[in-house]
Amino acid sequence: MPGQAIRLDPAIASQAAFRAVMDAMSHPGEVRTFATTVRAPAPLNPAAAAVACALMDFETPVWLDGPLAAAPEFVTWLRFETGAPVVAAADAATFAVIADPLAMPSFSAFALGSHDYPDRSVTLLVQVERFGEGEPMRLSGPGLARPRGFSATPLPADFIARLHVNRALFPRGVDIILASDDAVAALPRSVRVKRESD
Amino acid sequence: MSLPAYNFAYLDEQTKRMIRRAVLKAIAIPGYQVPFASREMPMPYGWGTGGVQVTAAVIGPDDVLKVIDQGADDTTNAVSIRKFFAKTAGVKTTTATREATIIQTRHRIPETPLHVGQVLVYQVPIPEPLRFLEPRETETRRMHALTEYGLMHVKLYEDIARHGHIATTYAYPVKVDGRYVMDPSPTPKFDNPKMDQCPALQLFGAGREKRIYAIPPYTSVVSLDFEDFPFERYRHPGTCALCGATDTFLDEIVTDDAGGRMFVCSDTDYCETRRAAHSPPPLAGEGQGGGSAAGAAQEASPSLPLPSKRGREEQDLKAAEHD
Repeated sequence: MPGQAIRLDPAIASQAAFRAVMDAMSHPGEVRTFATTVRAPAPLNPAAAAVACALMDFETPVWLDGPLAAAPEFVTWLRFETGAPVVAAADAATFAVIADPLAMPSFSAFALGSHDYPDRSVTLLVQVERFGEGEPMRLSGPGLARPRGFSATPLPADFIARLHVNRALFPRGVDIILASDDAVAALPRSVRVKRESD
Repeated sequence: MSLPAYNFAYLDEQTKRMIRRAVLKAIAIPGYQVPFASREMPMPYGWGTGGVQVTAAVIGPDDVLKVIDQGADDTTNAVSIRKFFAKTAGVKTTTATREATIIQTRHRIPETPLHVGQVLVYQVPIPEPLRFLEPRETETRRMHALTEYGLMHVKLYEDIARHGHIATTYAYPVKVDGRYVMDPSPTPKFDNPKMDQCPALQLFGAGREKRIYAIPPYTSVVSLDFEDFPFERYRHPGTCALCGATDTFLDEIVTDDAGGRMFVCSDTDYCETRRAAHSPPPLAGEGQGGGSAAGAAQEASPSLPLPSKRGREEQDLKAAEHD
């Protein structure tokens, strides 16, 4: 029927993935489970793949970490599904996808935005195995009525220290989306992080 | 015939992704105005194109949409935008603040307290709070970068020097999370305290000016003021003629051509809910105090200062640019 919108699945699916990320970004550390039918070739997990499909396109240069860049099937999939240019220079990327968090480069390797345009900074899409395990952190700041605990694994041993530096750069800095197989959580640059034991 | 005339929620997917990326950066940098590639919409600038684009990028098939214009669900702008999304996204719409998951608003924050999970989308005419003080975008951008907000305080000081009080009544500047000074859009300053630590996500879309900004839930939002001239939440000293509320923001309604007028709640849903709870409805005139409105009058503000000499401020508000 003319004038009648048909619900195309990709539009609904990317909206669902985006909404999970938006909720996660508005409530740092809150884990949002969502169902997705998106499947990427190894080594990227389904939730991270769904986020990639929902947010990346020809306007967003993407940097891939070692294991992803070394997986030609995955690179072909990403190029085909999103049209995003894959770049070798980390600081030229709008998104960086990290399959092996333990080996992730320092945040300063990426675009951190400028004081005039702090939004021109990278968003890190980091694949993790599980939430609720690993070094416990205490999060506070915008989006949190009261401080809350958060943990995910695997993450670099000095991850909390890196987040400290990131917060000190505010309003510049990186924003992080963490994705397990079926859930996402986010650590926007506005979040204040402490070691749970401090 | 079988192909849809447009995508779900009108905008194409690439546009939505672009807006979604801007929304995420806006949430991560509370109060900072993220530039975005605002599209032409099937309505003129000034009718909420920014808000509509943000809503279109955020909305999903399970959302329940409410749209208000100056607090009212039944004005042209609100009705049109509600119908637009009912048609292009097939979503359920409502006028009840509690039921809505997304509320698009022009110049009011509902009186009913918002809850976690709701998204309040503001239509914004001029997103830059410093614009009328410094017309150059390059300069205002640098002022935000350097947290150089002295000029705004000078403006508020000049209000005091001229009028004896801070005469800004709407679009009253706020500081978000202790960093960015932000324009809350032309909401009355009566609504400013509702933004502070609000459980709902607040998104702002300025279509003509091509900016998106945000206040995440539970974020500190402080109205700028001075120690000796603290921010005052202004409310016209009157009683709603329909529901008897003494704690809501009021609209003045001219009832005849002989000077007759009455004040009613600007938030139509709140007013109707109160009237439904009252039985029989109170008559115009004396306030009922709202004490019998079970659960409806939760906005606790009995200690509001009610200065008496500022009746004209509300008219100033009405003169605000239509957006």
